[in-house]
Amino acid sequence: MDNAVKYPKPITNPETAHFWEQTAKGKLMIKRCTACGEAHYFPRSICPFCFSDKTVWEESSGEGEIYTFSRMRKSAAGPYAIGYVTLKEGPSLLTNFVDCDMEKLRIGQKVKVVFKATDGAPLPFFTPV
Amino acid sequence: MTIKGKAYIAGIFEHPTRHAPDKSTAQLHAEIAHGALADAGLTKADIDGYFCAGDAPGGVMAMVDYLGLKVRHFDSTDTGGCSYLVHLGHAAEAIAAGKCSIALVTLAGKPRTGAMPPRATSAEVDFEAAYGGTTHNVYGMCAMRHMHEFGTTSEQLAWIKVAASHHAQYNPHAMLPEIVTVEDVLNSPMIADPLHRMDCCVVTDGGGGFIVTTEAIAKSLKKPLVRMIGHGEAMKGPRGGHALDLTYSAGVWSGPTAFEEAGVAPKDIKYASIYDSFTITVLMQLEDLGFCKKGEGGKFVADGNLISGVGKLPFNTDGGGLCSNHPVNRGGMTKILEAVRQLRGEAHPKVQVPNCDLAIAHGTGGLLGIRHAASTCILERV
Repeated sequence: MDNAVKYPKPITNPETAHFWEQTAKGKLMIKRCTACGEAHYFPRSICPFCFSDKTVWEESSGEGEIYTFSRMRKSAAGPYAIGYVTLKEGPSLLTNFVDCDMEKLRIGQKVKVVFKATDGAPLPFFTPV
Repeated sequence: MTIKGKAYIAGIFEHPTRHAPDKSTAQLHAEIAHGALADAGLTKADIDGYFCAGDAPGGVMAMVDYLGLKVRHFDSTDTGGCSYLVHLGHAAEAIAAGKCSIALVTLAGKPRTGAMPPRATSAEVDFEAAYGGTTHNVYGMCAMRHMHEFGTTSEQLAWIKVAASHHAQYNPHAMLPEIVTVEDVLNSPMIADPLHRMDCCVVTDGGGGFIVTTEAIAKSLKKPLVRMIGHGEAMKGPRGGHALDLTYSAGVWSGPTAFEEAGVAPKDIKYASIYDSFTITVLMQLEDLGFCKKGEGGKFVADGNLISGVGKLPFNTDGGGLCSNHPVNRGGMTKILEAVRQLRGEAHPKVQVPNCDLAIAHGTGGLLGIRHAASTCILERV
């Protein structure tokens, strides 16, 4: 995907508003449960593992590695690469790989977060380091 | 309580159309209901339970009214393409509990003609929708990881399509009745790596339906007796991104549940209907259901092992979603229908499994690489 692609603006809601306020500052936030210690993504108020409400925001390093990917060869917006990244902090998240040669992507490759503008809050994407 | 042996599939109907610009979706549901009732030898007034999913225009209330049904039990569970496999399990439960005695399940729609209905906004939408997850690339991601971990190859995946095409040649309604080779699959355009066009199922208008009833009613009718002996259902998602593993599906839970209830094992199964939205879907399900070990699906499907009369596990003998029909992008329904045909001995003679007395119909719904449900039904000829 190139910068000409128009990404949808996040709708946001009270549970996720903080996440989107932080993407505007170039920060990728995850949630961690202080009861069981597990981090998760996307952010929830209640921990999806132990069901505690003791979840707190934590800034992710934005670094991780490619768990898997697929190159979508055709779409209205042109070819793009979708995949999952496993963050250093543990959680895996769905994303696209941008600003790179799609043909060179491989499982296990190190990547870092980059943000792309929308009409609302910026969206997190990943690019090889 | 168990459903084992308590519910019978008394009528089935697969709409012959693959393109229906001249019909309404509700009309297709009604034609399917009509066909299933005719097959069973029942009338609409006999129906006291109705099941439908997200493809039914206006939902279950609108459909019950449109069809003119008077029901005392209904269920509109929607788990995408496997909804109807879930409905079969739930209908069997309702029959076993006496909540209804003749349940109708229908599916219909026209994705080839018109747009699909919009999906509701869910909690994950801001965190996933922008990344363009489609069925192709989400299943592509599963295949990519499976290849990475187990050395599965595109040639092995292609054998699944080849097997389906060998079956489709005998189905006069199949959208793609031509036999294809492994080379044909590998030479077809790459859609979403590593999946080629021929790794993907067809898009068709149409639908299907079936009728579930009690032992007593089934025995009063004329069709060969086919009954449910086991059912399992389960769901799986990224669940906060913890320990992500795209190499297995919720079938690892729905399968054993169904086999345990039925009191049979994968080695006992004579015929398998396995949801084939993509070739990788079949390969993963075969592993998850225990037909082979995890990671050995590639070897299992290769060299025609899924071709009726050739291999050890005849699958999707109607040509499946890969070659015959994938109405409304929901393949669970046709899996049940071909399993019933096999158990009745009504499959095409060229693909009919001899003495087919035990079959499995299994599918996943939703997106295998994101969040999905699975339903496993084990069926027996009495």
